[in-house]
Amino acid sequence: MVLELAHFSAALLFATFASIVFGITQRDNVRDMVKYGLYCFSLFVGGVIVAGWAMWLLRR
Amino acid sequence: MAPSGKDLEATLERQNRAAAAPRTQAAPANPAMAVLAPAIGWLIPGAGHLVQKRWWRGLLLMVSIVSMFVLGLLMEGKVYGFNTGDLLDMLGFVGDLGAGGLYIVTRALPDVGQGAIHRAVADYGTKFIIVSGLLNIIAAVDAHHIALGKKS
Repeated sequence: MVLELAHFSAALLFATFASIVFGITQRDNVRDMVKYGLYCFSLFVGGVIVAGWAMWLLRR
Repeated sequence: MAPSGKDLEATLERQNRAAAAPRTQAAPANPAMAVLAPAIGWLIPGAGHLVQKRWWRGLLLMVSIVSMFVLGLLMEGKVYGFNTGDLLDMLGFVGDLGAGGLYIVTRALPDVGQGAIHRAVADYGTKFIIVSGLLNIIAAVDAHHIALGKKS
């Protein structure tokens, strides 16, 4: 079985799993873990969107 | 206006009290567990937390790291063996090795983790596998800190 993912779907999965691990390991209590996980996720996805638009602009 | 001596003293006392107070309630140190937990956590992702009864954290770490590794394999990512070639290949091996038991099992399986250089998504798979190994090392270090009592 071979998995065919779009670039964005792969980036979303990557961001989700990495953010969960970062949140759990980098903070002490549950509330801070959730907040930090969401913060990391937004940075990952935001970074992907910014990089995507930057590449679009460079290509023009 | 400059602060008076009394104000400064009171401020310093407040800062000292805040620094001395523990931020969270951490468990007492357990030296045996401090060695065992990261070793088990490296071998089985999330198990370092599970043996210390951090059930939800252990389970979430296990699901995240195993899913990332398996998705990498399903995308036909490459699993690096020991090598002394290109620097990036050597670093790839170090990252992959972090996945512990997952890496050992995958290396034992034939035709898995060979990589498919003609597909872009396979390169993503390779990165998924490396990063899952690196995340597993972070999780094992976290289990070590919990056993030492540095973290609750």
